[in-house]
Amino acid sequence: MAQSREKHKIKQHIIEEWTGKIFTSLCIVLLVVTIFSLVYFVATKGISSFFKDGISLGEILGTQWKPDGEPPLYGALPFIVGSFSTSILAALISAPLSICAALFMVEIMPKIGRKYLQPTIELLAGIPSVVYGFVGLSVIVPLYRDIFPGQGLGIAAGASVLSIMILPTMTSIATDALAALPSGLKEGSYALGATRWQTIYRLVIPTTLPALMTGVVLGMARAFGEALAVQMVIGNAPHIPHSLFESASTLTSAITLSMGNTVMGSTQNNVLWTLALILMLMTFVFVFIVRLLERRANR
Amino acid sequence: MSAKTADKVATFFIIFFAGIIVLIMAGLLGFILVRGLGHISFDFLTSAPETIKAGGGIGPQLFNSLFLLVLTMIITIPLGLGAGIYMSEYAKPGKVTDFIRLIVEVLSSFPSIVVGLFGLLVFVNVFGFGFSLFSGALALTVFNLPLMVRITEQGMASVPQAQKEASLALGLSKWKTIKSIMLPTALPIILTGTILAAGRVFGEAAALLFTAGMSSPRLDFTDWNPLSPMSPLNPFRPAETLAVHIWKINSEGLAPDAPEIAAGASAVLIITVLLFNLLARWIGRQLQKKFTATK
Repeated sequence: MAQSREKHKIKQHIIEEWTGKIFTSLCIVLLVVTIFSLVYFVATKGISSFFKDGISLGEILGTQWKPDGEPPLYGALPFIVGSFSTSILAALISAPLSICAALFMVEIMPKIGRKYLQPTIELLAGIPSVVYGFVGLSVIVPLYRDIFPGQGLGIAAGASVLSIMILPTMTSIATDALAALPSGLKEGSYALGATRWQTIYRLVIPTTLPALMTGVVLGMARAFGEALAVQMVIGNAPHIPHSLFESASTLTSAITLSMGNTVMGSTQNNVLWTLALILMLMTFVFVFIVRLLERRANR
Repeated sequence: MSAKTADKVATFFIIFFAGIIVLIMAGLLGFILVRGLGHISFDFLTSAPETIKAGGGIGPQLFNSLFLLVLTMIITIPLGLGAGIYMSEYAKPGKVTDFIRLIVEVLSSFPSIVVGLFGLLVFVNVFGFGFSLFSGALALTVFNLPLMVRITEQGMASVPQAQKEASLALGLSKWKTIKSIMLPTALPIILTGTILAAGRVFGEAAALLFTAGMSSPRLDFTDWNPLSPMSPLNPFRPAETLAVHIWKINSEGLAPDAPEIAAGASAVLIITVLLFNLLARWIGRQLQKKFTATK
């Protein structure tokens, strides 16, 4: 009698153990399956324009986007150029600002930095992207319209909005990188009589460079994939602009605008999926670069 | 220029740029609140939007955003907790685990619009949920899972090793240890992270354009039967959220007071996200106080 009860107890204990194991394994399997099906579905849909509609890679890389033209032209180069120029420009504006903010918080005034700058940047990170787009549309675009020729919409406006949006990402990574530097290194430099600035640019920046670059690349990746904020301020003209203040388009803005208005399975729709595939492939490239940089940073 | 002058000049510029960031932030918040707060009233928050007339509100959109948030979190939290616990406790170090980590990192860097397109293809078309709150919640789950997994892993890693070993030494099963010893200790970190993730869900728009849809049927707020098509609680109806609404009236709004509505809606969105932030900090502190000896 006593023995059978003992047995029963052990059984329950094992059942419990297995429930936990099976539940968590199912969750992780579901996650992995989701990721694979995401890549699979977007990729198969993205290449269907090549195989089903017979569009060549050269056509996709053309400069003319005229889906309603005779014959229809599906050159996506304007979108690719727009995406790269806005995200690179945004990273160029944002990188020095974010590194200065990180230096301020770690090296110059840690107390004030932690008390005021850190919460500020965390708040900035929480603001939804449509709000950035709205502010860009009602402040930055009119400002550029007054100062520069043109409507104010364009790559410059897009890059400005994006640069503010990616500031928090870059700053928090740069801050972590600077704070992780062993203090012995810095103290050694100060003991040799170097000023703070000499320490910063001869020692702190070179040693943390790979980690700082990680932040820049992640910020750029975010800028590259942002859709609505950019779409609102870039103007959405499907051609390669001659200036930064001329209406342009990005991969994301083209998808946002046209995906809802085209019929599933039509050639134009399939080409839009190809644009999504390019976005996805660029994500892989960004993750790859980040991994390379992290490996360098850890060496 | 001597080294000392260079040091002073450089310090000045660093402080100057840091100051610029604070100014941008203050300007941004100030602009949204000043432009938007004047437009917020009880009527604005509860009435339905108008397409061509002035004076429309954001009532259904606000409700949709909150409802979608609840739906998403109901799906995301158990899945994210499970996957995170697996990664931190059950996964054996090796190639497979490294690979899972890599693809979770890849998923977290996918642009939200790509996740939205995947939702359009799979949830809306293949599974046949149509443009609905449910499709939107699933897309947002895909979008938020990596974050939730990371938060759980961080929380589990924060539990002192000795506490875990003590529990195992007393003969508790691994799952019991995780459930009754580790999760409560990790709760402050997990909860804070979850609330911040919820703030992200609330402001997300790109992933919802093609999953939850851009239109909202007339809702009957007296009908609380989740199965009727007019009911606000029906998860299988299309729903435009607040963030999508802001985007839509800015790009194709016809109402004469569209800029004011956008400003008001932006202010509501910002205030909600700020509340989420404050709530996360406050709850984190309270739980920390409750579970530890710190005052």
